[in-house]
Amino acid sequence: MNSATVRHLLVRGMLAGLAAGVAALLVAYFLGEPSVRGAIDFEKAKAAHHGGGDDPLVSRALQSTAGLSTGILVYGVAFGGIAALAYCFALGRIGRFGPRASALLLAAAVLVAVYLVPFLKYPANPPAVGNPDTLQERTALYFLMIVLSVLIAVATVILGKRLAPRLGTWNATVAAGAFFVLAVGLAFVFLPAQDNTPAGFPATLLWDFRLATLAVQSTLWTVFGLVFGVLAERALAPAPAERPETSASPAPVAG
Amino acid sequence: MAQSIAQPTSTTAVPATLPIGVIAPWAFFFGLLMLVLLYFVGAEQGATAIFSGTGVHEWVHDGRHLLGFPCH
Repeated sequence: MNSATVRHLLVRGMLAGLAAGVAALLVAYFLGEPSVRGAIDFEKAKAAHHGGGDDPLVSRALQSTAGLSTGILVYGVAFGGIAALAYCFALGRIGRFGPRASALLLAAAVLVAVYLVPFLKYPANPPAVGNPDTLQERTALYFLMIVLSVLIAVATVILGKRLAPRLGTWNATVAAGAFFVLAVGLAFVFLPAQDNTPAGFPATLLWDFRLATLAVQSTLWTVFGLVFGVLAERALAPAPAERPETSASPAPVAG
Repeated sequence: MAQSIAQPTSTTAVPATLPIGVIAPWAFFFGLLMLVLLYFVGAEQGATAIFSGTGVHEWVHDGRHLLGFPCH
């Protein structure tokens, strides 16, 4: 257990993030793009300018394919790396969980803390929803919400660990969960609300878009948790030299 | 950290912990690098801009919307 282990896990995290990004990209393209197109049609119907105006810098065809792929794959790789580093901290410290269970738990925790909780306060908006004049404020609030949510999640885990010897694992988990809900609820109450939906924007379109973003993130983190768990378990397994000779060279499996 | 050393022959599969001092440099440098990547996907040429123009924003436009970032 040394620096090389961290490096192995980091590389595997980024690879798992790439795989998760590919899966999320498919969901984004097939579930998300139709509502992005719908929102842009609404915007055009309102004769509002979008991006570069009459002569867009990047065509819609490129934005919805190569641009979308760049965004989601870079997001997957970068968050895969961050999750792998968080995994190095979490491993063996969050309770009696093996490498695969730890990976899936961490992925679920990241999905909730980094996406789901901020989304409940400041949900994702399609094109045409959002006043450019308030972009500064909305961006600052969104990132603040992510930071708060992650800090509350970390505090929840630490609290659960501290309470476990006194209350037992079940009660400590319930108490820590209650703390998480309460702290997130307080943040929701005290942070200002944002509503930028223009009059006449189809409610079903907004719902479909937001549901699609949830599907993208759920896919990303489920695939990441499962793939990274397998890769991490292999990386953490004893080196072949330490194993019995019979298992050092696995026989090729037919089919 | 003495209590966190796993027994190699333990029947459970709880992995040994990695010392914080070993993780910290990796977490700092690569964590920062990853956050910079996320910034370019999620926020560059929106509320803040390192490069002038709208090229980065336009290129990752759809990804930014579908990943939940405020875009414009």
